[in-house]
Amino acid sequence: MSQLENVRDLLKYHGNAEREVYLDLENSAPVPIEVLEEMLPYFYSKAYGNPTLTHKQGWEAYETIMEAAGFVAKLIGASSPEELCFTSGEAEANSLAILGPVSGRKGRIIVSTIDPLMILLPVEMLEKKGFEVIRIPVDPEGFINLDEFSKAVDKNTVLVSTSIVNNEIGTIQPFKEIIEIAREKNPDVIVHMDASDAYGRMRFNVKDMGVDLLTLSSYKIMGPRGVAALYVRSGVRIEKVIEGPIGTQALWPGVENTPLIVGFKKASELAFKDFDNNINHMVRLRDTLINGLLSIDDTILNGPKGSKRAPDNVNVSFLHCEGESLTIELSFKGVYVSSGSACTRRILQPSHVLTAIGREYEAAHGSILMKVSRYHTVEDVEYVLESFKTAVERIRAISPTRRM
Amino acid sequence: MSRSPLPYSQKILELFRNPKNLGRMEDATVSAMAGSPACGDMIAFYLKIDENMVITRASFESYGCAANIATASMLTEMVKGKKLEEAWKIGWKDVADEVGGLPSVKFHCGVLAVGALRRAIREFFKERGRPDWMPEKDTLEEKQALEEEELAKIISKRLMLEEGSEAK
Repeated sequence: MSQLENVRDLLKYHGNAEREVYLDLENSAPVPIEVLEEMLPYFYSKAYGNPTLTHKQGWEAYETIMEAAGFVAKLIGASSPEELCFTSGEAEANSLAILGPVSGRKGRIIVSTIDPLMILLPVEMLEKKGFEVIRIPVDPEGFINLDEFSKAVDKNTVLVSTSIVNNEIGTIQPFKEIIEIAREKNPDVIVHMDASDAYGRMRFNVKDMGVDLLTLSSYKIMGPRGVAALYVRSGVRIEKVIEGPIGTQALWPGVENTPLIVGFKKASELAFKDFDNNINHMVRLRDTLINGLLSIDDTILNGPKGSKRAPDNVNVSFLHCEGESLTIELSFKGVYVSSGSACTRRILQPSHVLTAIGREYEAAHGSILMKVSRYHTVEDVEYVLESFKTAVERIRAISPTRRM
Repeated sequence: MSRSPLPYSQKILELFRNPKNLGRMEDATVSAMAGSPACGDMIAFYLKIDENMVITRASFESYGCAANIATASMLTEMVKGKKLEEAWKIGWKDVADEVGGLPSVKFHCGVLAVGALRRAIREFFKERGRPDWMPEKDTLEEKQALEEEELAKIISKRLMLEEGSEAK
């Protein structure tokens, strides 16, 4: 049977739940209709030209991209749209931020043990090429050890690359201190922050922070996939990492995808519109979910509680309950989540973030990650909690580990 | 081009939802476990064996993914009514075929299920004396189950050392 027939049969068997609540915003997101409506004309009736070319459709595309860059730049406090480079996604933006500044250099690179793999993997590649990589440990809530960090930054350090908010456990790092310490210890070090999980969910200003490079995600604020941006502070020495004919952006070869960039801009606008109310709403839903899930026996919250946790992040481990099974059981109920279990990963290793905060393997295998958005409702959360109770009970009933 | 195969078939999902022979068997003649919660994969296998060395009932419990549950469930069905010698000959590939095939990342689920079954059978003959058809040395499936457990132990130990947490 072909893979296509296989997946069709599987979906037919799965069927549709009466109610659906999508909480797997970590891995992909539905695009709100108002974002799509904004994008649509740019596919067929407006500014569809190549922005480097000398005709009206090209100039309109140029104008549209510059407007979007200017809009996003203003939201993060950048001084000009020139400081924003659109890429085809977060992995691309992070690779540019990591490989771009160290090209032709040698020295030390500093990351944390819980940074996303799209930071850790390009850094590992540089390690193999002779860079010295220091991975700063974190405490049980995921906060970077600032003393260790301070000790690690030396005169040979060329790059610090880490995240403002951890994507798995929602820890909001003391990012201002991290940048200050880095600057104090070595004024020449280039500091990159991945803000994929911070943008649109907290306020920050790149100028106040004094950061050199900063990654912004579109899909994590429910914009379209296939577009992201790297803020590059004017004057930072960085080279492009993908070869090809340059369009309008010196650091990224290719033709800018105008409709996706427009979608990213619109999603940004919506994320910051009525910001405080949206965040308060998300925090309420987040805490209702966390408290409800922790009322189930043998559960552990991963990451901090309260104001140092990202407003959208929920990550709970269910002991005696393997996480991948739980995601499937919940799927039948129309609740879509992901797990840090080894089984869901091709490398068969549990989440490196959970093991770095000291979780035993079983707790990592039983972890579930969810993110709430301004579109979720109190009723959604109630339904999710009900679904969890019966799903966890069923998966635990299958397991022999509770008697061990 | 290589595209990751879909980990699951409809059949596996069906067995995951409605596993057969699930649960601890209080009056089991023999039982065995394979895997550990640390590797994220564990199967308990229970057998009721009659005086003719025929498996009259089999049941299982599982801590693991849907493939783990499905392969264990399938194996309990496959061994029912079989002589121990025949049951011993079931390999992990036979189980994988019966559940409609497993992608390479899920092979170890079938291996673990067969490993647990063979451990139970070996346990049964521990006092009765090893029959001729049973190899003296561990088979591939038994070895793999052991390796997985050893690996989990090593990793957990290393983790505890790194984190400085108390040893269990």
